[in-house]
Amino acid sequence: MKRIQSTGMVLNIDNIDTDQIIPAKFLKSTDREGFGKHLFANWRYLENGEPNPDFSLHKFRKGSSVLIAGNNFGCGSSREHAAWAISDYGIRAIISSQFADIFKGNALNNDIVPIEVEADELALITKEVEQHPETEIDVNIDEQSVTIKGDSFSFEKKFDIDPLKKKFIMEDISELEYLISIKQNIEAFELEHVL
Amino acid sequence: MSRTIIDKIWDAHVVKSVTSTVDALYIDTHYIHEVTSPQAFAGLNKRNLKVFRPQQTIATADHNVPTKNQHLPIENELSSHQVSTLVNNCEDHGIELFGIGHEKNGIVHVIGPENGFTQPGMTIVCGDSHTSTHGAFGAIAFGIGTSQVEHVLTTQCLLLSRPKTMRIEVNGILGKGVTAKDTALYIISQLGTEGATGHFVEFAGTVFEQFSMEERMTVCNMSIEMGARGGLVGIDATTIDYVCKRVEISKERIVYWQSLNTDEAAQFDEVIKLDGSMITPMITTGTSPDTGIDITQQVQSNQRNNEKGLSYMQMKEDDFLLGKNVDYVFIGSCTNSRIEDLRQVAELVKDRKKATDVTAWIVPGSNEVRKQAQQEGLDKIFIDAGFEFREPGCSACLAMNDDKIPSGALCVSTSNRNFEGRQGDGARTILASPITAAAAAITGKITDPRTYLN
Repeated sequence: MKRIQSTGMVLNIDNIDTDQIIPAKFLKSTDREGFGKHLFANWRYLENGEPNPDFSLHKFRKGSSVLIAGNNFGCGSSREHAAWAISDYGIRAIISSQFADIFKGNALNNDIVPIEVEADELALITKEVEQHPETEIDVNIDEQSVTIKGDSFSFEKKFDIDPLKKKFIMEDISELEYLISIKQNIEAFELEHVL
Repeated sequence: MSRTIIDKIWDAHVVKSVTSTVDALYIDTHYIHEVTSPQAFAGLNKRNLKVFRPQQTIATADHNVPTKNQHLPIENELSSHQVSTLVNNCEDHGIELFGIGHEKNGIVHVIGPENGFTQPGMTIVCGDSHTSTHGAFGAIAFGIGTSQVEHVLTTQCLLLSRPKTMRIEVNGILGKGVTAKDTALYIISQLGTEGATGHFVEFAGTVFEQFSMEERMTVCNMSIEMGARGGLVGIDATTIDYVCKRVEISKERIVYWQSLNTDEAAQFDEVIKLDGSMITPMITTGTSPDTGIDITQQVQSNQRNNEKGLSYMQMKEDDFLLGKNVDYVFIGSCTNSRIEDLRQVAELVKDRKKATDVTAWIVPGSNEVRKQAQQEGLDKIFIDAGFEFREPGCSACLAMNDDKIPSGALCVSTSNRNFEGRQGDGARTILASPITAAAAAITGKITDPRTYLN
């Protein structure tokens, strides 16, 4: 994966924890698939199971693959089901002013790109996409840039991504494949290491 | 060069520095449970691989187990399938499992320490964010996702960026009725839920030096609630006594452990100093763990405790919570379900009765804790006071099993998260210490536990 070009969706809430992303009652599955329909379930659906018309994501273009969320996204539980649900829903990149560490790792392991911007920049992007949901967002992973151009709005910024994670995402290498490739180093380490 | 305990343990586990920022880190001990491991095993099975170091992997069933009638089959079909999948995976891969009914079964972060599996200087992971609990032993311990569970099962290693380091010093003397849980909630209220993001934290200062291992575990447990990758406490006589009572340790090993402590001149990326005498019994007021206040004070409305959280909790700015009616009390979870917690609760509720309108559950962290409580007669005190004394499990901390708080009900809970719906759809959670929870059960209202202490 090298580039994501899409409209965006705004969920302007700080500290969205992984219990909100995927509530614990959906964690009984032993599969990785099928969590997208439960993404943000407690906010997204009414008690009768119908979609909640007031839920923010319902106001944006279906199929948008960039989520714009409040500060400290993905805090709380380490459940990777949160990343699986986001990926299954079709989200490929998330823009926030900060990500919780475990979630960030889980996101990258599922080819979801976490993009950190400053708090004031996040506020500007949020406002623009809320007012103009048709605005295109262009995430170029190789150049580590996010570009948003509206009629009267223009934003461009380089974002940080660890060089190794970037290489893995761009070249479709899994961390597991890499670790398996250094098995000899691991066995050599064990000979010297006291448990 | 002077180093922190975090750097020393990290450096001793680097298999390979892959880039200037990322290391392949060796994992000494891997705990697994039924909820976050099945997809990882499925990955191995698909490749026809066996677990690389099964003897360094320890399994328990805790998240999704009933806390009543554990001798009977699990009624919920999905839960039953998840638990039996763990049993099968452990059998197929030669992993020791402390399953339901086993004398050592219990919450993963309770059984690891109490059986001496968790030791100083180790790297410890589990597919659970509260793995930071094990940091109490002077270990680098942290929660991981299921992909990483698969990495560790397959290679006993993880690819990780080097952490930043933070030292949180709490000096002074804690007041009467102020516990480790209040200390954790106070630190989180000062830092915010994102205050330690990217950092491993060393907790230090006289308050931590005087804490028992159980108390250290309670604070390290909630490191994740301040955003930290993990939290630990230096290795001292308290640590070594606890471990040596459980497993045989050589003198050389103890000398090695002591050498891991932070050097005097070591630099942390960030240092925070707090005054322990400022800490009072704490309760949370919103839907984020950093919304803790002094139990006698008024609810605040601010960036952390925003309108959304307050409205969910049915609270308003300037409300006093003392005297507010409580529906449920939950004493349990990997934060506060150890024998010391139960002893404190028993001391407060002895010869008293819980309020009629309150449902009160005590869920011990393990069968060992449960047995110990029974030997000390605590179970009788709880039952006489009208509490239910259950079998071990994560229970109403995350309400994956039947232990759910009904919608709208207010629960004073010794667990670690007050997120919306955490204890059941619509459930409202106030995080507090075991004695604050016990006092609420007795009066049926939010109560300052100090009124019950001599």
